[in-house]
Amino acid sequence: MNTPKTMTMRDAFIGTLCDRMATDRSIFFLAADLGAPALDRIRAEFPERFINVGIAEQNLINVASGLALEGFTVYTYAIAPFITMRAYEQVRVNLAISSQIRPVNVTMLGLGGGVSYQVSGPTHHCLEDLAIMRLLPNISVYCPSDWVTAAALVDHTRTTGGPKYIRFDGKALPALYPDTTAVDLQKGFSQLAAGTDICLVSTGFMTHRALKVIRERSGVALIDLFALKPCDEASLAGALATCKHVITMEEAFINNGGMDSLVAKVIREHELDCRQHPVGVKDRYVFDLGSRDRLHAINGMDEAAVTALIDRLRGL
Amino acid sequence: MSAIMSELTAKARWVWSETLRMHRLAPETRVASSLSAVEIFTVLYYGGLLEHNGADPRWEGRDRLIVSKGHGSICLFPILSDRGYFGKEELDRICMEGSFLGGIPDTIIPGYETINGSLGHGIGVACGMALGLKRKGSSNHIFVVAGDGEFCEGSMWEGVMFAAHHHLDNLTLIIDNNRLCMLDLCENIMAVEPFERRFDAFGWQAERVDGHDMTTLHAALVGLKSRGSNGRPAVLIADTVKGRGVPELESDTLCHIRTLTSEEIDRATGGVK
Repeated sequence: MNTPKTMTMRDAFIGTLCDRMATDRSIFFLAADLGAPALDRIRAEFPERFINVGIAEQNLINVASGLALEGFTVYTYAIAPFITMRAYEQVRVNLAISSQIRPVNVTMLGLGGGVSYQVSGPTHHCLEDLAIMRLLPNISVYCPSDWVTAAALVDHTRTTGGPKYIRFDGKALPALYPDTTAVDLQKGFSQLAAGTDICLVSTGFMTHRALKVIRERSGVALIDLFALKPCDEASLAGALATCKHVITMEEAFINNGGMDSLVAKVIREHELDCRQHPVGVKDRYVFDLGSRDRLHAINGMDEAAVTALIDRLRGL
Repeated sequence: MSAIMSELTAKARWVWSETLRMHRLAPETRVASSLSAVEIFTVLYYGGLLEHNGADPRWEGRDRLIVSKGHGSICLFPILSDRGYFGKEELDRICMEGSFLGGIPDTIIPGYETINGSLGHGIGVACGMALGLKRKGSSNHIFVVAGDGEFCEGSMWEGVMFAAHHHLDNLTLIIDNNRLCMLDLCENIMAVEPFERRFDAFGWQAERVDGHDMTTLHAALVGLKSRGSNGRPAVLIADTVKGRGVPELESDTLCHIRTLTSEEIDRATGGVK
């Protein structure tokens, strides 16, 4: 088997978007002074539709919403914690609330989800975004786990109205899917491995960790969940129906509205006979320095922690 | 006074009394900050300044009006009704169950473009609309009505910088400069003046008028709207009085949250209900 190609989500997404900008004149790309190699192409080829608003995330969202009210399709790009939290009230008022009344096609691209900026400390970690963006009505939330899914989101966000948030990992990661047609964004998840008693449901970077876990423990199912709102909850319930334990894995705070809350809702509403075990960052910021693996180990979310949990659940 | 000015002045008087009538119906409305803006909204909608179509509120050829100081625009309800955006009977149902006329107006009301009530958003959203209009080749204009107290919000200044940097000369900001926030005079809380020097430093064209003098207000806005492609956004600082025309409000620095009694409204309007 060939080694899957590695690429950053942002370059896959922005590169595809740049191709679309050539034919779709409605697209604007707004950045809060954040770059990407693929973004240099947009800046060079479409200077009229690329705007760097400066280090001003609140204005980034406000200007984007104004352009969207005039019928443009707008992408906004900034570091994940700043586009979601510095501008949260602008997102709430001018995207979430406004889009319930008027068409507003704005996609927020947040770079550096989780602790992917591992040496930059808690201001640059983004562990709240999945929960707080899911909280807002009318906003769709995506957490792709590879660059192929990120690329697939370009046409999906372009042609689907309403505001959306996409979390990009900060690092280049290998592809999980052969091409964009293999990514079902309406369904919102993909079963990567079948299993018996235990199912891992992971999102983003944690899907790569989960893949390592299932190589070490047989009979464990794996679902890559990339659409955190909306997703096909009935299908997800069907995929979880036979397992006794669901381990949710996300690089985010747990037990407070993130991906684990979505899975808990599915288990509850579909009356599934299984127990859920959330893996992620517990209610505490991460000041520790070290590799991403090290930060995950400290927070009980590395392979060793998950395999130990699986063994415990199996009574081993 | 010219015929058009007499007409505008009479219209403003009607808007003023209608605003008080609605406050009587819905005492939770912010009446003081709505009375300071009566002439501003009147001149926009009756002074030939705002291209609009009450029968088609989202008409593409309209000029855009962003009401950044949402609370203080109850006076716009009778205007929008009079201009055909919705029936006059809606005014009598203000803040009642099933009505779309809430205490803080939103874009569910025909004629309002945005979600209002949270201060500091208007300029940034207007910048996006102004840029969008330019890119569409539209010659329409964007007006923003903001309160002076709003300029304590940093997001206002982010928008101010953006508008100048992108040469949004199709954008005109009107500051309802009634000098009062909720608890006190702005100058005692957080100085937002001098506006001219601040806006000039940010690359804007700035003018100041008496916001209750219909003649100068109208002339200033006509001049600013027709300023042409000079590459600069413009601001009109309209000096106003919060609670204009109601002595109990004019003399009270806490008038923002004051609810008038029926007797006070009777006295102010000369007993006309």
